[in-house]
Formats: sequence, C-alpha cells, structure tokens
Amino acid sequence: QNQIIRGKILSGDDNTPLPGVNVLEKGTLNGTVTNGEGFYTITVGTNATLVFSFVGYASQEVAAAGQTTLDVVLSPDVQALNEIVVVGYGQQEKKDVTGSLASVTPRDLNKGIMSSPQDMLIGKIAGVQVSTNDGAPGGASTIRIRGNGSIQASQDPLIVIDGFPVDNTAIGGLSNSLAAINPNDIESYTVLKDASATAIYGLRASNGVIIITTKKGKNGKPQITYNGSVSVANAMKYIDVLSGDEIRAKASELLSEGKLSGFTADAAKRQGTANTDWQKEIYQTAVSHDHNIGVSGTYKVLPYRVSYGYTDQEGILKTTDFKRSSLNVNLTPSFLDGDLDVSVSFKGSYTQQNFGNTGAVGAAVAYDPTQPVYNGSTRWGGYFAWVGPASATTLDPNGDPITLATSNPVALLMQTDNRSNVYRGLGNVKVDYRLPFLPAVKLTVNAGMDYTTSKGHNNATNDAAFTFANGGGQRIDYTGINKSRLLDLYANYAKEIDNHKFDVTLGYSYQRFDRDGSNFGRNGNESVYTDYQTNAEGKAVPRQFVSNPNVLLSFFGRVNYAFNEKYLVTLSFRDDASSRFAKQNRWVVFPAAGVAWRISKESFMTGSKVFSDLKLRASYGVTGQQDVSGNNPYPYLSTYQLSSSTSQYQFGNSFTNTYRPQPYDANLKWETTGQADIGLDFGLLEDKLTGTIDVYQRNTSNLINSIPVAAGSNFSNYLITNVGNLVNKGIEVTLNAKVVQTKNLEWNVGVNYTHNDNEVTKLLKTDDPTYAGIATGSLGLQKNIQNIQVGYPINTFLVYQQVYNAEGKPVEGLYVDRSGQGGDVTASENNKYRYHKPQPDHLFGVNTRVNYKKFDFYMSGRLSLGNYVYNNVFTGANYSNFYYSTGYFNNLPASVNDTQFYSLQTFSDYYVYNASFFKMDNISMGYSVDKLFTQKLKARISFTVQNAFFITKYKGLDPEVNNGIDNNLYPRSRVFMLGVNLTY
Amino acid sequence: CVSDLDPESLGPNSVTSADAYKTPADYKMGLAKLYSSYVVAGQVGPGEASDISNLDVGFGVYLRAYWNLQELPTDEAVYTWAEDGGIRPLHWQTWTATNSFISAMYTRMMLTISYCNEFIRASQGSTDADVKKFHAEARFLRALSYYHALDLFGYPPFVTETDIPGAFSPKQTNPEELFAYIDSELTAIENELGEPRFEYGRADKGALWMLQAKLYLNAETYIKSPRYTECITALNKVFTSGKYALAANYLLNFRADNNTSPEIIFPINHDAKNTQTYGGMSFIVHGQIGGSMVPADFGVNGGWAQNRVTPEFVAKFADPSGATDVRAQFYTSGQQLEINDVGTFTDGYAVTKFKNKTLAGGPAPSGGNPDFVDIDFPMFRLADAYLMYAEAVLRGGTGGTATQALDFVNALRTRAYGNASGNITSGQLNTAFVLDERARELLWECHRRTDLIRYGLLTGGTYLWNWKGNTKAGTATEAFRNLFPIPASDLAANTNLRQVVIGY
Repeated sequence: QNQIIRGKILSGDDNTPLPGVNVLEKGTLNGTVTNGEGFYTITVGTNATLVFSFVGYASQEVAAAGQTTLDVVLSPDVQALNEIVVVGYGQQEKKDVTGSLASVTPRDLNKGIMSSPQDMLIGKIAGVQVSTNDGAPGGASTIRIRGNGSIQASQDPLIVIDGFPVDNTAIGGLSNSLAAINPNDIESYTVLKDASATAIYGLRASNGVIIITTKKGKNGKPQITYNGSVSVANAMKYIDVLSGDEIRAKASELLSEGKLSGFTADAAKRQGTANTDWQKEIYQTAVSHDHNIGVSGTYKVLPYRVSYGYTDQEGILKTTDFKRSSLNVNLTPSFLDGDLDVSVSFKGSYTQQNFGNTGAVGAAVAYDPTQPVYNGSTRWGGYFAWVGPASATTLDPNGDPITLATSNPVALLMQTDNRSNVYRGLGNVKVDYRLPFLPAVKLTVNAGMDYTTSKGHNNATNDAAFTFANGGGQRIDYTGINKSRLLDLYANYAKEIDNHKFDVTLGYSYQRFDRDGSNFGRNGNESVYTDYQTNAEGKAVPRQFVSNPNVLLSFFGRVNYAFNEKYLVTLSFRDDASSRFAKQNRWVVFPAAGVAWRISKESFMTGSKVFSDLKLRASYGVTGQQDVSGNNPYPYLSTYQLSSSTSQYQFGNSFTNTYRPQPYDANLKWETTGQADIGLDFGLLEDKLTGTIDVYQRNTSNLINSIPVAAGSNFSNYLITNVGNLVNKGIEVTLNAKVVQTKNLEWNVGVNYTHNDNEVTKLLKTDDPTYAGIATGSLGLQKNIQNIQVGYPINTFLVYQQVYNAEGKPVEGLYVDRSGQGGDVTASENNKYRYHKPQPDHLFGVNTRVNYKKFDFYMSGRLSLGNYVYNNVFTGANYSNFYYSTGYFNNLPASVNDTQFYSLQTFSDYYVYNASFFKMDNISMGYSVDKLFTQKLKARISFTVQNAFFITKYKGLDPEVNNGIDNNLYPRSRVFMLGVNLTY
Repeated sequence: CVSDLDPESLGPNSVTSADAYKTPADYKMGLAKLYSSYVVAGQVGPGEASDISNLDVGFGVYLRAYWNLQELPTDEAVYTWAEDGGIRPLHWQTWTATNSFISAMYTRMMLTISYCNEFIRASQGSTDADVKKFHAEARFLRALSYYHALDLFGYPPFVTETDIPGAFSPKQTNPEELFAYIDSELTAIENELGEPRFEYGRADKGALWMLQAKLYLNAETYIKSPRYTECITALNKVFTSGKYALAANYLLNFRADNNTSPEIIFPINHDAKNTQTYGGMSFIVHGQIGGSMVPADFGVNGGWAQNRVTPEFVAKFADPSGATDVRAQFYTSGQQLEINDVGTFTDGYAVTKFKNKTLAGGPAPSGGNPDFVDIDFPMFRLADAYLMYAEAVLRGGTGGTATQALDFVNALRTRAYGNASGNITSGQLNTAFVLDERARELLWECHRRTDLIRYGLLTGGTYLWNWKGNTKAGTATEAFRNLFPIPASDLAANTNLRQVVIGY
C-alpha cells in the first residue's frame, strides 16, 4: 500500500523553510527534495520511515506510518554538519565513506581578515598544512596535504569549486589565484586526503583535493544578511638593526682597527648625521574594511542566493593594498517534480591590487640609518640616494647613483606605481536528470568556464634613482588571460536491495586550459628594453607570450557498496589523458579501493555506553601528477622558441630573431603516487568526543624532476624527465570534544595533530653514491643553501659545520673538516653536511569555542615543532657589508654583535635556526541580539584579534617561512577587527 | 575530442622542429641562435628564458664564463667579490671539479655544440646557396667551441649531428682525436664559408684561417707535435686576402663603434638595444669600473668594481701612464699597484681599455639601455694574427720570414707609440718578447691563459704573480692545472666520463 506524505521542512536555526532538503524513504532509493518554500511531497510504502537530510543539519528519521503531513525542524549541529559530505562527482553520507576526508564549514574556521579561501583553513585540519606566504594584502598561501609529494611538478592540491576544478596557475597581477573567490560565500570545505577519496581525480590528485562548496539559495521569503567589519593592522615586530648612533660608533671602531677593505677616514666622513629608523618609515597602520550583502530566498520555483562583497584591505607596507568586489549568484531550480535539478553558479570578481615595491622591506633593514629620507636632491625627487662621491669626503646629492647600492626604501615605495586590475568569472551549469522510468539512475551534465583577465603596470618615475641603471624611469605593462573550459558527463545509479546498497557512478570529463599574456617593459624615455616586438610600422609593441594550452580528458567510475550498513567497499578508477605527454604515454588508469567496517553496528557493540560510533577504514590507491611547471606545453616534443627582440643577433646591419631548440624528453610521463591509509573514526559517550586517527604512506615514483643531463645530450643542462622516488609517511589525529553542553553554556574543543616524514629514496637512474644531489634553495649568484638527496627530506640544508670558541661564540670562517681532507675547509663541497629541513616534524592545531547565553568566544592556535629556517637576513650582519668601496654604506642587523663576523659566511650552519613556534592565530568574541529594533532583525557584533601573538626562539622576524629561507618577507601583521552581522 | 590532446589541434603557438625550417629566413633564425649563444643568456634578453638552469644569468653567459677561465687564472685579472661559487680559486689556481664557474663554461660550450648539431642536422642536404653557407658556419662554430673544449678541458664529451638528442651518455674524447676532428672539419668547410668580410658578424674564411692558426700554434700543447708551418700557411691566407688592415687608432677596437674597425676578423656582436646581456662585453666594461672611476666616462650607468690587473702585468709596460704606449690603459688614481687584499678594488691598477662610446667620444650608437653596451667582442683581430705569425716564425715554422715578423711587431708598436720610438730590432725579437707583446696588445681579450701555457708559465713556479697559489707574492702551482677538470656534475650525469687529468 502506498501513501502520500506532504510536509514542510524548517531550519532549527531560525525557523525558516529549507529548500533542497533530501527526503528519502529509508532503505530505498525513493526520494525527493524540498522545493523553494521547503515543501515536499512523496509517495511511500505503508510502514516507511522517512529520512530528512541536508548539508549542515542533523539528519532525522521519522516513521511515516499513518501520517499524511510531516513537518520537520532540522537542527544545525556541529557534528551533523558532517553527515553528508561532498566527494568527487557526488556526495555521500559520512557513515558510508571509506576514505580519509575532512569536512569543515566556516562556522568552525578562522576569523579575521580573510582575503582568500585558503586563509580560513590555517591550522584546522590534520594533515593539511596551510600558511600564508607573507603578510601582503591579497597575498598567496601555500597548502601542502600530507607533505611534499613532488619536486619539480606542482605540489599544490587540486581545488574544485562547486564542481569546477580550477586552474591555480599564477597570472600576472593577482598574487593569489584563489583571491578572486570571496570567502564569505563559502558553505563548506571538504579535503580529500587518501587515494580512496582522491583517485577519482586521477592525474591531478596526487597532492590531495580540496572541494569548496558555496552557499545556495535557502528559504521562501528573501532573507537579507549583512556582514561587515573594520580592522586596523600593525607590524608585530621589526628586525633589530643598529641605530644611526650605534653604527657611527661602530664605524669609528672599525676605522681604528683598519680591517675593513677600503674603509678609510675619508670614506667615514661621508656617513650622515641622521638617526633614521627606516623600518618605521615604510610601515603604516593599515585600516581595512569589508562588506558583504547576501539575499537568499526563492522566487516562485527559483531558489536563489545573490551576494555582493567588497573588501578594501590596506597593507602595513605603505602604498600596498588589495580591493575586491565580488558577485556570487547561485540558482537552484528544480523541475519535473524534482526529477530535473538545475544548478547555475556564477562567481565574478574584480580585484585591484597595489603591490607597491616590496624591495623596500629588505632595503629598510639594510639602509644606512645615518642618512635622511630626504636631502633635497633636485635630480632624484628630493630623496637621498647613494651617488658617486663628489669628493673623497662629500656626496653630491645630484650625482649619478651607484647602481649596485641599496635603494632608499621610502623612494622605492613612493616613486613606484605598481598596480593591477583583474577580472575573473567562474560559471558553471549543472543539470541532474533522474530517469522517470528508472529512478535509480541520475544523469548529470556539468559545463563551465573559468576566465581570468588581468592588466597591470609597474612603473617608476623618471627621477627614481633606483631606475638609473636602465636609463631612468620604468614603464612595464603586462596582461594575462587564463581560460579553462570544462565539460563533465556522468551517470549515477543508486539502489538498495535488502541489505545491499549500491551506488555506482560512471563519467567522462574534458577540460582545456589556455594561458596567454604579455609583459612589455621600457625605461622612462621609452627606449624599449624588454619583451617587445616590432610591428609593420616599425613601432615597438608588446610581445605576446607563447601560449601554454593543455587538455585533460578522462573517463572515471566509482562503486560504493555497503552490506548491512556494516561492511563498506569503495572501488574507483580514472582513465586519464594529458596533452603534455606523447601518444604512447598519454593514457593511464588510476585505480583505488577502500574498505570500512562499522564496528559500532555489530551486535557485540550494541548497548555500549562508551562507543557511539566506531569505524575502521583501509584504502589503497594510485594517483598521478601531470602538472609540469614551466612554460613548455609539450615537454615531450622537439620544439623551437623564438627569441624576443632583446635577444636578437646582428648580421651586417640588421638584427635577426633567433630560434632555440628546446630541451625535451620524448618519454616524459606523469608521476605516480601509491597511497595506503588505515584510519579509525570514533565517537565516544554519545559523540561528546569524536575523532579520527589515520596513518598513511605515500610512495611517489617516476618523479617529474629537472635533473642535470649529460652535457651535449640535450638542449639544456637540465632536463625535465621522470626520475626519482620519494616517500611520505605520517600520522594524523583529530579530536573534537563537547566539553560542556547545557542550555546556557556550550564549550567545544578541537585538537588536530599531524606528523609527516618526508624522505627521498631515489634520484638518479643509476645509483651513484658520489652524486651530490640536486641543489635547491637558491640565494642568487650560483649559491644554493638547500639540497635534495637520497635518504633525506626534500630541501635539507647543506652547510658547513660552524666551530665555536670557549665562550660559545662562532669563530669566523672556521668550520669542521668533516671530510678529513685537510686544507681549506670551504674549498671542498665534501665538508658540507646535511642539517635539518624546513618542514615541521609535528604540527598541532588547537581551537575552542564557547557559547554562553548571547556571548560567544573563539580561539585558534597552532604549534609547529622541528621546522628550521635559514636566516638570510642575518647573513648580512657582517662588517664587510657595512661599507662598499663603490661608495655606499649599509646598516647591519644587531645580530652582528653576536657573531662579530667581518665577512659573509653564507654556508655556516650558524644561520640555520630552529624555528619551532606557537602562534595564536585568532581570538574572537561575539555578542548576539535576537531582536534588534524589530522582531525580524537579528544581529551579532564581534571583536577579533588575528595573529594575536606568537612564541618562538627564532630570532628573525617571523618563524613561519614556507620554503625555509628567510629573505625579508613582507611582515604579517596583527589585526584588530570589529565586525557586525545582521540578518533580516 | 581525443584528438584535442595532439599539439596540432592545440594551435600553432609553439614551433615544432618538423615545421620550423621552411625558408632560408627560417634557417637564418636558427643560425642566429648559434651566434647569440656566445653572448646572451637566453631567448628573452637580458635575463629571461635562459638557455641553462641553475646558473646566474650573468655568470652563466658563454663569453663571460670564457673570459673568467682565460683571464682570472693569469696575471691579467684579479676579481674583487668573494662569490661563494668559487671565483677566487680561479685566480689562486686552487679550483676543484665542483667549481661553478668552470661548470658554467663547460655547460655553455657543450650546449652551443648541441645547438650546432641540431642546426647541422636540420640544414643538411639543402641545395639553397644561403642555407649551404649557414650549414658551413654552424660547423665552424661547432669547431670553435670544440677548440675551446680542447684548450680548456682536453677530454670533453664528444657529440656530432649523428647523435640524436635524448638522455644518453656521450662518449669521451681526448686531445689527439679532438685536434684531428677540428682540423678535418675546418679543412672540409674552408671552401663553403663566405669570403672574408662578406657580411659583418658572420663567420667567414678569415675566421676559419684564424682558428686554424690558433689550433696549429698551440699544437705542441695539445698533441705534443709542432705545426708552426701550418700556422703560418693559414695566417698568410689572412694577410693575402687583402681584406684586413690595422685600425689607425688602437682604441677603435674597444669602442662602441668597433664594427667600423678594419682590423676585426671575427667579432661576437653586442647591442644595448637588441642583444642585451649581463655577460660578455657588458660584464667586461662594468667590471673594470670601480674606485673613483666615473661610470659615465665609460658610457655606462654603473660600475661593478670587479677586475683589476696584477703588478706583474703592469710591469710589462716601462711607462704605465699610457703617455708612451697607448696600450697601457690603466686607471691609477686612488688605486695602489700592489694587491694586498683581493677583495679591495683599489688594490691593483684598474683598466680603462673598453668604453661604450664611439672613438670620437660620442654616445653608443644603438641608443639602447645604458646597462648594456654596443661594443663587439673582438674574438679574432689582425694584431693577434701579426703576433702569432711572429711567434710561429720564431719557433721554426716555415713559409714566413723573420723580416716580416719584425715588421708586423713594429707595426703594432708604431701604432701604440704613435711613432717609431718603440720599435725594436731583430735582435730584440724573441719568443719571450712576443709573449709580453701579446700581453700588452691583447689584454683581456681571452688569450692569456692559452699563451702562458704555451710558454710553460701558467702553472709551476717559473713565473709568479700576486696571489697565484693563494699567497700575496705568488707560489708555484701544480702542472695538471693547465687543464680544467671535467665538472663533477657531468661526471655524475654521464656514465662514460672519467676525470682523466690526474690531480683532480
């Protein structure tokens, strides 16, 4: 017997109708979704039980027997938010998942200035290391999932936004390719970590996948939300450098010692009398504001959400800022009684960035504090500049600048105009059609386009002394276009027969990427100097880059099978092709399998007071990486690159462009990662304590690697080829505890822990024990501080071992003769040794949330242990860096007092510091008002401190340095923010 | 859709080797790369799209690397900055197989040979008269780089157009085989190359004769067999072509308009607008400026304060002021003769030989970026031919005369002194005099190391100069350092190579 049941689903949050809620007859695949007003109609069997589920809300099961109307209020719940998780090409109930994945919503994420989606994930998920590269507004972040999985190829995870895998290739004018997405529009993040979860993304999945879902239309009546904030930011710390008085005192000491090359009494007279604190001169208190308005509701049958966001973020480095206007539109209409679901999604943004001149950061540390900012020079815009000495003892303010000298930091900022405008549109249409005659089958078409266009300039005034070398002035115009087109077709078959539950997906995917641009540079008098070509009229015009297109084409499939809700199996495959490889290497199949056992469903566990949930998972799978960095779209093919006009050669009286054969490896192919994962998900004491433990091993082989090739065998000294293996092994633990849960007080604590070991296991085709490894970590001028070698983590520091005297002070130039060869220790590379690495051994994330009546409080921090940093700022702290015989002075970091070195000691292990740290990333407090002025207006005001404080023994500016080489990064700032949320 | 994966459907953005060469103009672009590989870092001057990885866009340029190896180990140059890549050991003669300045030259040289091989393959069998000439020029440039390999390394890897590019290990050659190969290649293409000075900047018969002369003059070094007669034969072809003459003013050869000098036989062309580089002449000019020298006087915007000469070199001139011999191009104001500290630019006399201005003192003709220069590097010039002739005759070669040898030497001295007051007599002309005369005439033109080896003076203790052997007064060094080591990196990458020279 069938019965018809109707009803309305409301959100427990605010009693507004919920559209798009899944309504399923339990144990069948018979289901529907609620319409825009939250109503549903379903025909079910007599004794049916209905299951109501919706992302972000706790599922509910209600017996339908004898009912005709069933209204349900779904309550949002932190744990319940995870009940339905988004996976590749679909979604799954959390309990059915066999892979390792983590799902979070912004409610659990970081607060503060979040100019890009990555920022919210910092310290939140075990196994996912996110850190901002520096403190520049709109700056990029680095995400590493389960360690460093590649060497030359990209190590970034694949990011999928609303079903669209985005191209994260950098584009000129936008420092963070994801900055175009407004974090306020994000509904949830799902991070896929093990191969069982990622293998469906095949060739792009070996560094993990992050799936971002944006907010969709919600309820019947329009709901208007406003989030706004104002914040002020300041530098947390300056580098401790000598003052003008200190350096003058030091100078007279050095002069009397006479040990400094070329530093004479005459030269000393060219020192100034000022006491300029250059770091104070270049930084400012930055004021930022952020506004977001969202309207969400349903117009007739059309659920919609439209939001507009505006961010204006000032940087603490003067002249730098980031402005973004963003528009996010999601339309999710449903037709044919829910058999045809359409989802139209558009994310548009307009970003304006002012990059300033970040060279000022280092220049401010190095600039002579005895000189003033301004000296009234008429030729150099009034700024002091290092010029050739007018006489042995004096400077002519208007002389020719010394081109090798440090540039006036304030002039660098004020005489530079370095801005960009970037438009990005990411749109896709997804249509799901359930076959009326075979409702277990759903067909999906997902088509979209991601288009970014940028335009910018980096100019300097003609009277900028720092442009003198190139003839005075600078005009650089650049453009960029990144385009990506996507078509996915897939079918899903879901069926439950008795105790067997099947969910099968088969599909096809096509994605094409095009990248293009130009970079046209001239000096101030337009005597052209870079990247131009000459048009028919003989005029210089921008030279268009050789575009870098590539196509990915795939067939994929997945089977989820569950028996008795206890034994779960997932099998997936992806047959992938990339245009980057030759025909014989183009296609490859990536398989994966996962199994899980829900122990808590076993009869011997029923009635357990301790375990509310217990699931053991195991998976193994293979994924790949095809993202060869570099500009050559066909690294397997013999191609020629045409020169620019500045690299021509003269025959007779005319100039000829040149054709260069490009290095290539005809057998180049993808790199392969095999990953095994064993995990345990558990809930204790009615889920008061939930957690996950995973151990994994990732073996990457056939690394896409740039290795030195035999001279004469190819068209460069390095060739991108497949050689080398590396292993990442690790443990991840996540714990969430509801410490207190009463009517008035709720207190949650979350802890996550990550341990990852990275080791290179093979680097050459043949095993050569004398091989020196791959030099990395370039310091310029043919100096490399890091090295990749078999038996060590990637980018281990390669240094000489410093000798210390009885007082514990480093002895200048004295290093341990580790090879025992005698002689000059620094003359032999064999005396260097491998000493620590930039990656942390242990990462802890801690966060807590307390709600007490109308108050809420949130705190989040990170502990990183065992990460080391080479301080390339402190290497400059040597006396010979104080005076250059070409006629200019520098300041020295105060750390020179610790070493008292006279000359540069680049390769001393003294400069490799333990940079373990604890950072309190966020402290936030809020107060909510239910009825502000009117019944309908709800409000929350909040106060947030971002980057509240950090604790470290590291003596540099900031211990968080992504590549392990501290080179005067744009400082991260401490932010105080006042926010208001209004809901109407 | 599957066909979308093929390059043909991805658009004509990259040129595949299959469709690169259609017209002679296409071939000319391929040929131009071979020449430009001596002077630029890569395809987007001055510093982008570099031909090589992991080498500085300045240090890694062919002509700069070649200059470093030919000049820094000698009395002609001391470098200021203590670059940790190992530039000081070049002067101290304490370099090792991991020295990155040595590997920069080695890498560049072998890369140019690879480029030449590719072009030789591509242009093989063409019946077009121009393309046939290009083909011969490519073989000449390959022979030139192999000559550098013979002179600097002795036992380099050996690849020709028959070796298809890939990831293989080229086999190692030795001086005897390489000498014979270069010799036979030059003989084979002599009639294919253009007539002397048919087009400025192109390798012509004059360039070929000069390279032959160099090979034969140093044959005793390379294969322990004298070839002075063959040297004179080749040089006589240069003289009888009638296309070359000494420039009236010695300094014209080192100015921005030196393309007008009738003396230059084979230049490496530079242009501040169209051939931008931090290597080559840009480096030589910037590098010579430091102390109280004013960059603008040299037609550039800055000095890099890098290279000076040793007092032993200055002593080659009785009067270092330049008033007597114009070739004494020293800057002495604020500079001291003795080098107490290698790291102090003002220790040692600075050099003023090269200027990015016209001989008349006008600005560089290209009007390009003043960080770069228009001076072409005189790889081979007539004065060198004169001195090689004199030396070959003095060393017993036949086909030349002592009278002619003396006339040639005095022609150079007359030009240098402005009159006959510096002329020498036949009694004064001996091989030792020629060596010193070569130093005076050819300072910093990349000949010195080879010359000192020919005279047995580069290593050992017979001739010492400031900081040879890493002591101020100079100490004896080991003879094996007459050849540079095969870089350790290539020994690791190429399983067919071994370090033949005992000592490294």
